[in-house]
Amino acid sequence: MVNQINSGDTAWILVCCSLVLLMTPALALFYGGMVRRKNVLSTLTLSYVFMALIGVQWVLYGYSLAFGTDINGLVGGLNYLGFTGVGALPNGDYSKTIPHGLFAAFQMMFAVITPALITGAFVERVKFKSFLIFSLLWATLVYDPLCHWVWGQGGWLKQMGVLDFAGGTVVHIAAGFSALAFALVIGPRKGFGKSPMEPSNIPLTVLGAGLLWVGWFGFNAGSALAANGVAVNALLTTNTSAATAGLVWMMLSWLDGRPSTLGIATGMVVGLAAVTPASGYITPLASMVVGAVAAPLSYYTMRFRDRRKLDESLDVWACHGIASTWGMLATGLFATVAVNSDGANGLFFGNPGQVGIQLFAVIVTIVFCFGSTYVLAKLLNWSIGLRVTAIEEEVGLDISSHGERSYS
Amino acid sequence: MLKKIEAIIREDKVNDVKDALAEIGIVGLNMFEVRGHGRQGGITLVGRAGSYQVNMLPKMQLNIVLSDHNLEDAIETILKAAYTGEPGDGIIFVYPVEEVIRVRTRERGQGAMIYPGDIDSKKFRSAVDINMP
Repeated sequence: MVNQINSGDTAWILVCCSLVLLMTPALALFYGGMVRRKNVLSTLTLSYVFMALIGVQWVLYGYSLAFGTDINGLVGGLNYLGFTGVGALPNGDYSKTIPHGLFAAFQMMFAVITPALITGAFVERVKFKSFLIFSLLWATLVYDPLCHWVWGQGGWLKQMGVLDFAGGTVVHIAAGFSALAFALVIGPRKGFGKSPMEPSNIPLTVLGAGLLWVGWFGFNAGSALAANGVAVNALLTTNTSAATAGLVWMMLSWLDGRPSTLGIATGMVVGLAAVTPASGYITPLASMVVGAVAAPLSYYTMRFRDRRKLDESLDVWACHGIASTWGMLATGLFATVAVNSDGANGLFFGNPGQVGIQLFAVIVTIVFCFGSTYVLAKLLNWSIGLRVTAIEEEVGLDISSHGERSYS
Repeated sequence: MLKKIEAIIREDKVNDVKDALAEIGIVGLNMFEVRGHGRQGGITLVGRAGSYQVNMLPKMQLNIVLSDHNLEDAIETILKAAYTGEPGDGIIFVYPVEEVIRVRTRERGQGAMIYPGDIDSKKFRSAVDINMP
């Protein structure tokens, strides 16, 4: 049977490609507003550069390692090097009604933003050269294989029946726990714990959060790879989880003093991250529970991290790692084939085994990502160093790393 | 004798103080933002999760150079206009000034500081030469 291109699906996924790409500059703004004025440009660049870096890496070999012909369930082959064979016709394994090239392009945007998420851990002190080398290695050795395990045809976690609709493991748990590992190696910013280090531009952050929410419709609803009911469901669950988590975070923030704008924006992003793996498998009502639980989980994880004086600066672990861990488990609870016949049922629909599968995938992801990142960071720290010098950090990375000022 | 007043006051008292000074005839001044504190404690701001203390608070510093026979009038005016009664009302420093020179006309000393209708012309109205600008 020949797969037929559907113009509705193709048009929709073309749009989603753009939406997800937009999430990387949105993330840059989200992070950039939270650092001190002297480091805003540096923080923006740490995200922006991935559009360039992975834009090339993915075409050259990244897509092939992730989605190429399976080797022992662990990695893709090299059959798609340079995007050869990735063209206008559908690929039966991944996308029956859209061109293969479009599927590959859509996946590229995920590969771009995932390593960008990690940068929140090491802002304001990382050496740009070391960061670039780390990022390329991480994309190649961690993201591409993990992506293959969960989404690649023949990937061993996919074979086990893991449900991860849009990137709970591949994107958020991976980024969150890698961020934690990196932060442990690079150490805290000078003055962390003593000076307040206020966010310099909360409007930028809030703008970024808004663009992230809209872009997330492309991220989650687009992962249906079709303009259909599952996509609509994913959009609804995405929106509902973000809304619920934002409200709950606002109330938690209020209990602790006043409801902060930064807190409400953060809560929304946490809801979005949590629902990502579940979005195409659960109902909107269930997604309310996902968001409502994700908010306090991340909120108190942040407080915990702060009490332990760990400078994982922008809380990637709390907001993405922990939130999506809950999201993966929630998928195992609330998934129902009534929403997505290509999925499976979760515990509340008569299949308790799914929780175990989800938990296993979570543990594998955490161990792999945390471990690999820790080793990579240690190696780089030992060889070329991860941090700028003390005076470079004092002056600010905008001037010392990039020779620029935000406002002149 | 010339003196300089540095008056560090609340940001929202700037207009009150400027208006009060203009009423008695002190017109020339400049100001900039400062951050600091005296005995006043900081404030508590709220972050992503939880709150934190900020001790350096924004205030405004008004800089006024004047003759020392107008000093006490100016100080009294500032004190009245900037007062709220809460901690954080501010502080005033007074310094001696060596010289004042107006850029446009190169006048020095008293000539550089006179404006039509200013405090000296109000005080010594009867003694002012009718030809003075």
